Amino acid sequence: MKNIRTPLTEAVVQSLCAGDEVLLSGVIYTARDAAHMRMLENLDHLPFDLKGQIIYYSGASPTRPSKAIGSCGPTTSGRMDEMTPKLLDLGLKGMIGKGDRDASVISAMCRNDAVYFIAIGGAGALIADSVVENTVIAYEDLGPEAVKKMVVKDMKLIVAIDATGKSLYKK
Amino acid sequence: MRSIDANVIVSEVKRMCIECNYQIGSDVKESFLRALKTEKSPLGGRIIGDLLKNAEIAAQGELPICQDTGMAVVFVEIGIDVTIRHMSLKDAINEGVRQGYKEGYLRKSVVSDPIIRKNSGDNTPAVIHYEVVDGDRLNITVASKGFGSENMSALKMLKPADGIDGIENFVVDTIEKAGSNPCPPIIVGVGIGGTFEKAALLAKKALMRPIGKCHPFEHIAELEKRLLSRINTLNIGPQGLGGTTTALGVNAEVYPTHIAGLPVAVNINCHASRHLTHEF
Repeated sequence: MKNIRTPLTEAVVQSLCAGDEVLLSGVIYTARDAAHMRMLENLDHLPFDLKGQIIYYSGASPTRPSKAIGSCGPTTSGRMDEMTPKLLDLGLKGMIGKGDRDASVISAMCRNDAVYFIAIGGAGALIADSVVENTVIAYEDLGPEAVKKMVVKDMKLIVAIDATGKSLYKK
Repeated sequence: MRSIDANVIVSEVKRMCIECNYQIGSDVKESFLRALKTEKSPLGGRIIGDLLKNAEIAAQGELPICQDTGMAVVFVEIGIDVTIRHMSLKDAINEGVRQGYKEGYLRKSVVSDPIIRKNSGDNTPAVIHYEVVDGDRLNITVASKGFGSENMSALKMLKPADGIDGIENFVVDTIEKAGSNPCPPIIVGVGIGGTFEKAALLAKKALMRPIGKCHPFEHIAELEKRLLSRINTLNIGPQGLGGTTTALGVNAEVYPTHIAGLPVAVNINCHASRHLTHEF
């Protein structure tokens, strides 16, 4: 199990291979369908600087007063495929989601040295244990689809597609 | 004539919305414990172990099993000798959903219009299916249907000549195409016969049956068994990363159909498989 931190450097990204199990710590940002659509319409005014950052495809359930966050597992990454290459070209270094990505995403990952992680779909309560802080930073009107800044500690992930394009899904 | 207070319906629907989102079914848990022993992939086995851990955390009542707490699908069986007082049945169900999703800290995942896409803010409206039956009983089933698996569902109007092989191939192809997206291990609901919309409804209803309880018709029970075995040799496995546990169960429902047609619908559920029934 490798320990890695955000923001991701090129050296760290290049050291990761499909199949590696990692523990991720640091800041990550959540965005899913509606937030992606809005970000692509406003590329000049993105809610955070993409350079070296990771987007987590997740829309958490509401936070109880006693907790840092609600249940917060990954959603299906494939729905973001068409919108992802543009963000990678602007400096995004990693994504966390579930499921395979299309060829356009993989080629954008190779050309930009980026990595795609998966978390266990359906394990949102377990994943919530690794979230320390959670703040809405943009698009609050989107409710569960708002962009959140999350601080995570030892978030358990698997490298599904690495920066060379090697994928766990290609059998 | 039996009269039922709508407020009782509100509170039961609310309770079911909350409970089904925090507790996995005993059928799912038993299937997981069996799969831990049979799963051939070590990573697959670890994932099933993590899903069991996830269920334990959720059962403590502070975090739902999954953040996608679904769109509420409600099946109502109402006797012709029942009246509801104080509120319409539809309003009572939606009020129960509204209260359940708010008080249970469940995610509001419903947009009021499929094109404008503004969140309705309270997870209403529910999708409600009514069936009028004889007598004075009222049964309500609440299912919180997640969309990772719903999105991978499919329907096809087969030709009668396609027969049982055509049905099996369509179901297996649908699961193969779904791959990792519906968060395997999954439960597969199959609806065969009727019309276009009847097949879809049968597939959804099939998901309400406990895993392992086979169809009363022998030829359908055998079809379920064959499908489960074929699906689990696809090597999709837990989370689509390979393995022998792709589906925990296959449930099929059938209905008479037209001489010219053979509708088949496949509705997929993830392991969370949230549904509860209350008899009033």
